[in-house]
Amino acid sequence: MEKPIRVLIAKPGLDGHDRGAKLIARALRDAGMEVIYTGLRQTPEQIVAAAVQEDVDVVGMSILSGAHNHLFPKVVELLKEQGVNDVLIIGGGVIPDEDIPGLKEAGLAEIFTPGTTTTQMIEYIKNNLKR
Amino acid sequence: MELINKMLTGDKRACARLITQVENDQTQAENIIREIQQYANNAHVIGITGPPGAGKSTLTDKLVKSYLKDNKKVGIIAIDPTSPYSGGSILGDRIRMQDLALDPNVFIRSMGTRGYLGGLSKSTKNAVKILDAAGYDIIIIETVGVGQSEVDIVKTADTVLMVMVPGLGDDIQSIKAGIMEIGDIFVVNKSDLFGADRTATEINMMLDLNQNMERRPPVVMVTASKNEGIDKLSQEVKQHIQYLHESGKLEEQRKKNLKIEIVELIETELRKIIMTHASSDSKLDKEVNAVLNKEKNVYDVRDEFLETIGK
Ligand code: B12
Ligand SMILES: Nc1nc2c(ncn2[C@@H]2O[C@H](COP(=O)(O)OP(=O)(O)O)[C@@H](O)[C@H]2O)c(=O)[nH]1
Ligand SMILES: [Mg+2]
Repeated sequence: MEKPIRVLIAKPGLDGHDRGAKLIARALRDAGMEVIYTGLRQTPEQIVAAAVQEDVDVVGMSILSGAHNHLFPKVVELLKEQGVNDVLIIGGGVIPDEDIPGLKEAGLAEIFTPGTTTTQMIEYIKNNLKR
Repeated sequence: MELINKMLTGDKRACARLITQVENDQTQAENIIREIQQYANNAHVIGITGPPGAGKSTLTDKLVKSYLKDNKKVGIIAIDPTSPYSGGSILGDRIRMQDLALDPNVFIRSMGTRGYLGGLSKSTKNAVKILDAAGYDIIIIETVGVGQSEVDIVKTADTVLMVMVPGLGDDIQSIKAGIMEIGDIFVVNKSDLFGADRTATEINMMLDLNQNMERRPPVVMVTASKNEGIDKLSQEVKQHIQYLHESGKLEEQRKKNLKIEIVELIETELRKIIMTHASSDSKLDKEVNAVLNKEKNVYDVRDEFLETIGK
């Protein structure tokens, strides 16, 4: 039996830009992954609940609104609280370069900004799974 | 197994991990199912089927909310198709169930069909058993919804809701064969749209044509997106459950489904034996030539094969 990589693609906060998230979801599907897409306007709590119930290998979040410095770390923190420490957590969207080191310190494994190709993201995911 | 103990105390992560294991690994699946059997078989399983876009996920969301008001714990398995090209899938049913994500009495799991035909995935049955053992009173399965081939749901669910929508037009005619038999309750969703009355009438007419039914399924009109008609629908589901219990049908159905499950399991193993022992390609090529040269008959070949596997 094959074991597809399971990925949650989530849009935290009130940000309505979903083109990027949908693009990533399709690209990962075409790379053979099972993508759970939860739609817009998710609270960090909802994202964590979905990640737990779906038992995903990767949590990928997309933010273009500017709220990344608050929302991304919040999700990481809640996942830790639930004892989830074997999940690869990544983010993407319109995120200024100067914010990236802080986000990585907060526990995000990688941040993908506009211009990154989906091939690069797929490679990254395949090479950095935590389980 | 530690995971099983945790799952039994209501740990959702353990429950989720067990479902992953039954999905990914046949040996693990068998060990898990053996251990949890004693805790399962308490839940009532509801199947929701119907064409893509009919509103199955939206309806599930609303129906679950009505069960939560009755203090029930509800498990949901939502199935979407796996791409035959990439083996990947986009599982999007949770989009319509966002409010449920945080409810302590709800567990939602999305599954890809992973090449399995018939509207479910190969592991759906085992996932149901896990949710059952985990203490969910009601388990709802949302099928893929590809129409004609959605027959597996009757082998897994106690109550099947067949969701239709206005505007299917000739489709109702074309899907009636086979489909009309699997619904215990017919739901006309999107009753806010033009033509819903007509759709309901057509379904009613079709059901009336079929005289040899033991129980005539009801037709319920709802507008899931506006939460209209849901009380009536959950009432009908309750009545069906009651009917199943009082008529002895529940036991009868479950026995029948178990028989099918066992036969399918045996078939799978037999097929493996056939593939490895009797009909490896080179061997089969030889036999094919013998038949072409009229040295043997196809029936001779069959009998010889059966002998080699010890029939
Ligand atoms: C299209 C667009 C819109 C569309 C959105 C349509 C839709 N459904 O998505 C519309 C017109 C609706 C819109 C509205 C608004 N927008 Co606008 N919009 C854009 C625009 C021009 C392009 C975004 C886009 O779709 N890009 C294409 C996708 C494919 O790229 P992407 O999402 O960045 O994804 C790539 C990477 O970031 C990465 N990625 C993204 N997510 C993820 C997730 C994971 C897991 C991974 C691995 C990778 C990854 O991968 C992708 C491929 O490389 C940007 C400007 C820009 N250059 O980005 C502004 C922009 C995002 N919008 C902006 C604003 C301000 C708004 C509005 C508030 C405007 C207003 N005042 O009304 C509204 C708010 C809408 C809302 N409800 O949230 C600002 C945000 C400013 C900020 N961050 O501080 C931007 C940056 C424009 C600007 N320079 O000011 N917008
Ligand atoms: N007009 C109308 N639209 C609805 C109703 N119920 C669901 N929908 C919409 O139908 C679309 C498909 O719904 P979804 O639940 O995802 O369907 P599924 O594919 O069968 O699970 C969504 O855009 C819903 O908002 C309804 O009662 N009336
Ligand atoms: Mg659906």
